[in-house]
Amino acid sequence: MTITNRVALPVQRTPEATDLRPGAEAGRRVRRAGPLTVVGLIAAAILSVFPLYWMVVIASRTNDSAYAWPPALMPGGNLGENVQRVLDNSDAAILKGIVNSFIVAGTITLSTVIFSAMAGFAFAKLRFRGRNALLLMILLTMMIPVQLNIVPLYDLMITFGWLNDIKAVIVPFLISGFGIFLMRQYTIQSVPDELIEAARVDGCSIWRVFYHVVAPALRPAAAVLGLLTFMQYWNEFFWPFIVLADPGNPTVQISLRTLNSAYHQDLSQIFAGTFVATVPLVIVFVVFFRQIISGIMEGAVKA
Amino acid sequence: MSSLETNAAPPAPMPRPGRRKRPDGGRRHRIGVRMARLDYRVSPYLYIAPFFILFAIFGLYPTAYTIWLSFTDMSPMNPTTSFVGLDNYSRLLGDPNFWNAVGNTLGIFVLATVPQLLMALILANWLNRKLRGVHFFRAMTAIPIVTSTAVVGLVFGLAFFARDYGLANGLLETFGVERIDWRAQKWSSWLAISSMIDWRWTGYNALIYLAGMQAISNDLYEAAEIDGASRARQFWQITVPLLRPTIIFTVIISTIFGLQLFAEPVMFTSGTGALGGGSLGQFQTVTMFVVEAMRSHQRWGYAATGGLALLLMIVVVAAINFLLIRRLGSER
Repeated sequence: MTITNRVALPVQRTPEATDLRPGAEAGRRVRRAGPLTVVGLIAAAILSVFPLYWMVVIASRTNDSAYAWPPALMPGGNLGENVQRVLDNSDAAILKGIVNSFIVAGTITLSTVIFSAMAGFAFAKLRFRGRNALLLMILLTMMIPVQLNIVPLYDLMITFGWLNDIKAVIVPFLISGFGIFLMRQYTIQSVPDELIEAARVDGCSIWRVFYHVVAPALRPAAAVLGLLTFMQYWNEFFWPFIVLADPGNPTVQISLRTLNSAYHQDLSQIFAGTFVATVPLVIVFVVFFRQIISGIMEGAVKA
Repeated sequence: MSSLETNAAPPAPMPRPGRRKRPDGGRRHRIGVRMARLDYRVSPYLYIAPFFILFAIFGLYPTAYTIWLSFTDMSPMNPTTSFVGLDNYSRLLGDPNFWNAVGNTLGIFVLATVPQLLMALILANWLNRKLRGVHFFRAMTAIPIVTSTAVVGLVFGLAFFARDYGLANGLLETFGVERIDWRAQKWSSWLAISSMIDWRWTGYNALIYLAGMQAISNDLYEAAEIDGASRARQFWQITVPLLRPTIIFTVIISTIFGLQLFAEPVMFTSGTGALGGGSLGQFQTVTMFVVEAMRSHQRWGYAATGGLALLLMIVVVAAINFLLIRRLGSER
């Protein structure tokens, strides 16, 4: 529906010729980096990691040392204990939040990838009346922020009986315009018309063309779209904040919000919570960083 | 998924024998052809239907509803809803809290976006050099996007920009500067919130710029080198102008998302009353204002009007930025 994360938008201007590989600079002589550049890059890398590192430091120490000056610079030995405390916190229900976030992000990812591939294929390779107008319409709908419609959407959730139910944060987002554009672009690039013609001449139905010819070719793009979608909905804050307001059935981000709204501030417990909420995505990032980076970069190159 | 099922086994132009019980082969063939034609005519719509069905329910209908709501006094507290004409609009235009939120949103947006995009340009220029381990640096640059906006808000709000402890004040004191109550004033809270946005998005934008830079032909740089242009001059006179489409793109995206700012300022307040954005609304954004109108004040009609105002604001600011950047580029 609407795009709620910046990660999602770039590809609406997806270029005609993109390269999913990171750093595709074939045939280019790139200038060497000077020492200043190296220093700058190291500084940037440290700055990028530092807040995450600091989170681990506080999450692994006692509350006293979180308030101390000069602060402790190295992680301590209390991580397990702090994590245990945050898992035991029944107000925040962070374990429930993590399970919910997996269900929410996982379901949306799966359905976005499948439906976007189907629609992207239709827009790329099938002829039908109103194709361009409908495509333009999808582009325009991507501009509508959820914020605009919170009241009607909230009302709709009440009507459906989905308030404080994770269906409310899943169903409206099962497909994205961004995904359709990405898949359309990738289908145009990677599936030659001749291949589809050949399958048609052989008497394949459209579904078989899609399933046996197009879908396998779309795998790399599906991986990128899936990763970005999963990260986006794992991190989503605004809409869950609105519809999962009552405690007891949060996503993990809403658990963090509950921790933060407690009257008594327990820093090491809060940071143990942020640690637990971030670790799954750090793992995803470490395993798939090439795809993630190429997904971001791919959206940028203009035709 | 119904589209999958209806398409799962449509008869091909040449159906396999035995699939159908009709004895007349020619007729069977004709039916097959007709079905295939139907398949090709109807399937495209089935393939794109999921998007449009969801959009109708969760996009189109709510938008129409929002517009209608903005002319009513609807509230869960009111037993009936009545049409109030332009009352909500005139009230909004005279509401100092709304204008305060507009000012905060624009202030934080400028404070966050300008340095962020400049830093991203420089960072991308560095990442575009030949260097050992450049993929490592790219990965490091991208890593902030794994953190949710809620986590960023907590780490920056509680560990860096706390009042009585925290890194920022600790460092200030070490250098003999007085501690700052970051949440107390507009400028300090804006600065703290902007730093959260900058940290999370600079690397992301740098990667987008990097992709744009890789599309620039190297011949231009070689020619400039021969003409004796310095590195800095090459950057400002070749890289930046040629990157203009990409820059426009990042500015528009930053505008759309920057003006919707919500999670970071909400998480900046610990305890209750987070939607107010500080004791006097020092960092209440428009989105927070809208949610507060809906949730805390139960004024749904008014909140809908606020939502429309936010959309209008995004469109206007995006258009202004687009024109600005386009002009800046062409003057070079």
